Amino acid sequence: MSRAARRRLGVLPGFGLSTGFTVLYLCVIVLVPLSALALRATTLSWAQAWSVVASPRALASYRLSFGASLVAAAVNVVFGVLVAWVLARYRFPGRSLVDAVVDLPFALPTAVSGIALTAVYSRTGWIGRYLEPLGIQAAFSPLGVTIALTFIGLPFVIRTVQPVLEDLDPEVEEAAAVLGADRWQTFRRVLLPAMVPAALTGFALAFARALGEYGSVVFISGNMPLRTEIAPLLIMTRLEQFDYAGASAIAVVLLAASFLLLLGINRLQAWTRARTGLA
Amino acid sequence: MSISIRGLSKAFDGHPVLHDVSLEIPEGELVALLGPSGCGKTTLLRIVAGLEVADAGEVHHDGEDFSSRSARERNVGVVFQHYALFRHMTVAENVAFPLKVRRRPRAEIGPRVDELLSLVQLDGLRGRYPHQLSGGQRQRVALARALATRPRILLLDEPFGALDARVRQELRRWLRRLHDDLHVTSVFVTHDQEEAFEVSDRVVLMNAGRIEQVGTPAQVFEEPASPFVMRFLGAVNVFQGHLEGDRAYVNDLVFAAPGAGQARSAHVYVRPHELEIHRAAVKGSFAARVLRLVPLGAAVRVELSAPGFGNAVEVELDVRKSEALALSPGDAVHVSPRRVRVFPAHEAAAQDSLTASGL
Amino acid sequence: MIGAFDPVTAARAPATAAASEPPAAPAAAAAPSVRVRRPATPRRPTEDPPVVEWALIGLALAFLGAFILVPASVVVHEALKDGLALWKEAIVDPDAIAAIELTLLVAAISVPLNALFGIAAAWSITRFRYRGKGVLVSLIDLPFGVSPVISGMMAVLLFGAHGWLGPWLLDHGIKIVFAVPGIVLATVFVTFPFVARELIPFMEAQGVEEEEAAHVLGASGWQILAKVTLPNVKWSLLYAIILCNARAMGEFGAVSVVSGHIRGVTNTLPLHVEILYNEYAFRASFAVASLLFVLALVTLVAKKALEWRQRRAIREAARRGAPAGA
Repeated sequence: MSRAARRRLGVLPGFGLSTGFTVLYLCVIVLVPLSALALRATTLSWAQAWSVVASPRALASYRLSFGASLVAAAVNVVFGVLVAWVLARYRFPGRSLVDAVVDLPFALPTAVSGIALTAVYSRTGWIGRYLEPLGIQAAFSPLGVTIALTFIGLPFVIRTVQPVLEDLDPEVEEAAAVLGADRWQTFRRVLLPAMVPAALTGFALAFARALGEYGSVVFISGNMPLRTEIAPLLIMTRLEQFDYAGASAIAVVLLAASFLLLLGINRLQAWTRARTGLA
Repeated sequence: MSISIRGLSKAFDGHPVLHDVSLEIPEGELVALLGPSGCGKTTLLRIVAGLEVADAGEVHHDGEDFSSRSARERNVGVVFQHYALFRHMTVAENVAFPLKVRRRPRAEIGPRVDELLSLVQLDGLRGRYPHQLSGGQRQRVALARALATRPRILLLDEPFGALDARVRQELRRWLRRLHDDLHVTSVFVTHDQEEAFEVSDRVVLMNAGRIEQVGTPAQVFEEPASPFVMRFLGAVNVFQGHLEGDRAYVNDLVFAAPGAGQARSAHVYVRPHELEIHRAAVKGSFAARVLRLVPLGAAVRVELSAPGFGNAVEVELDVRKSEALALSPGDAVHVSPRRVRVFPAHEAAAQDSLTASGL
Repeated sequence: MIGAFDPVTAARAPATAAASEPPAAPAAAAAPSVRVRRPATPRRPTEDPPVVEWALIGLALAFLGAFILVPASVVVHEALKDGLALWKEAIVDPDAIAAIELTLLVAAISVPLNALFGIAAAWSITRFRYRGKGVLVSLIDLPFGVSPVISGMMAVLLFGAHGWLGPWLLDHGIKIVFAVPGIVLATVFVTFPFVARELIPFMEAQGVEEEEAAHVLGASGWQILAKVTLPNVKWSLLYAIILCNARAMGEFGAVSVVSGHIRGVTNTLPLHVEILYNEYAFRASFAVASLLFVLALVTLVAKKALEWRQRRAIREAARRGAPAGA
């Protein structure tokens, strides 16, 4: 390395090799394929693209994908905060087992989750059979899609909120108590505000993951066009018909939504860091 | 090996850290780079080590330009602030590392490691891992490792910074003795004046990326070259005055101020132990009232207020003298400076924002 | 950067173990009417009334039960309900064996590749100063935001018969899509960020001092990597590899697009589960799924063990007052 380069970069060896490999690999594996996708979508005219992207079937799939993902992420915020609280604050038999099991949705291949959830929530399933008499059809309905998306998004909120709770200085709570706050006031005014940024991040992560989810949904949804067909499945269908441009157009819509979410998460975390000094 | 630093400048992200620094370090000397945090002393050390590359300037070792050599080729011993011991290697493996990566024969490595470990008095701990050692022991492993390839220059970054007070005392003396035995040219960085004075042959005082003064500990303490040096090395009283010719006036006291130049106003610096307290007025004294007495062991600090001299005049007396005076708060006394340093005010004002630790 | 797109790692933030008092400290300070029952030691202000505590624990367990425990049990139950013999029959089926082999092959290629990339990226990003690092880190995260279906589709668009390179590949008799290379490619994309995302913050936190020391002591770049950096990050690397491997073996959507579902040839385990399921061979499907379930369990146990190990290391480092990060 030249002196000028070392002056700017630092003196350790291996800059060229490591950075070169990193950039090359990134280009080959990520950037070139992504641009191929974007370029393929541009082979359609605006009118063609619009007719694909805004067809009734596509619109129905966005509605389901976004709606079910939103509901699932919201459910996960409520229960995620609850589970994180319980895991961080209470000691009970089997706590560390429960703590480990929370990550199962990450570790379990989505196809396995899909068939397992279908078996549980179908009309004759372990839980589905109790919902049936209540007139609730879980599997093969938008509710089923929501259940699957809740399952795969479950760890996100828990795993973002839990470390925040564990790192919270007990002195803060003690101070609140000494200053006259009761337990509920302490929770609402001191603890909850500390959790909000993490919970929001977890929400956005769960939402982004749910938007693109495929494996766990296709089994339980029933895949009826206009009713239980999610956007990724619609892409799959187009691909199977060799309509690559159409599939690309829908994919671009989905990708744009995901990347916007990621950007939002980025901002949210930067904001949180700036405000509290915590990641 | 002597070190010659010529016109070094360095900026990080456009933020200047060193301005045109030049310094000569003769062979065999133990030199302290002393200054407040952020003054650029560590950066200077890292440039000499080859861990940073200067934007401008050169570093010569024994007259040879080392600027374009990598740290790896310089064979300079470096002791890092947090020791940087390899945590997965034992003490002996850490010390052997520089010999192994140079592919020295095994027959040479073994005895050399033994020799180094006995030098730093760690023979018994060769199989331990760094996390099983105390801070002082880690420090000595780092030193043994740095000396393994017989470097002719040894650089130490805040070598005692992370240790507790008692261990620090011991290690200072030990490092000084070690240097006297080995005579390797050594530079160490510190922000602690006491440490610099106790260990080093010469002190390099740095401030805001520049060298303020170079001298023996006695020189820099007795003849500070700038207000910064004056303030940085221990407590000091500062009185506002004005200049006429080569005299400085503070109220009705007059002090010699040779070479004050064109400046109109001056700052007169007096160390607390260079002020005397009298019961009656003497020539060159000013009136003051005792506010508080603070016992400091062998000495007593007397805080006074004096009209025209401020409300926080500090005087340090030895205990016997203080007993003889039998001072108590509220007493009216007279204070006379034995020795002052006068600096033109514009020069002093530029230094006012400094966090001189002695204040 | 996108700090926690992979919350599996988010949970590893050094956590101060919450004070573990016995949960049954009695008495409720909130209600004055129960004063009589208050024992000598009142509840500490940071504790909740036991009723609240147990209610919350119950609610959390019920939620996790319905969404995790029941589905997990169903997999085991459905796989084994007709006996071990039939389970074994589904596993030793030649198509199942082929799927196992392919899954192992795909992981054996994509995990080391991404590990190599992760080490290079972490070295570059954490050991040098240069502009554009933030962009680089964000780009590394990108695949986490891409739907698996789209990930697979990109390979088809590039290498498929109607793709950019398709005609050229066809002329040269190279088959990527609907063949093993396509499956590997899609898997590499999907698991791309795992190792880099784990190593970058870890090496950043570890600092550069030990590498600098090795450099000053005369070690070459490869010597620094082999003797200092890799030994220091080995547990972190292993952690990332375990997660990366779980995803590589379990990936479904992306692989599904590029595989073409040719039995015994381009079928991975998750795809085999799907095929059997869609043919109403439920028992066989769950039997194969149970293998993947075991993989998930092994992954969770290994992950937990490594997290436990790291927490202990951090606690010890904190106790000794040494810089943490081992």
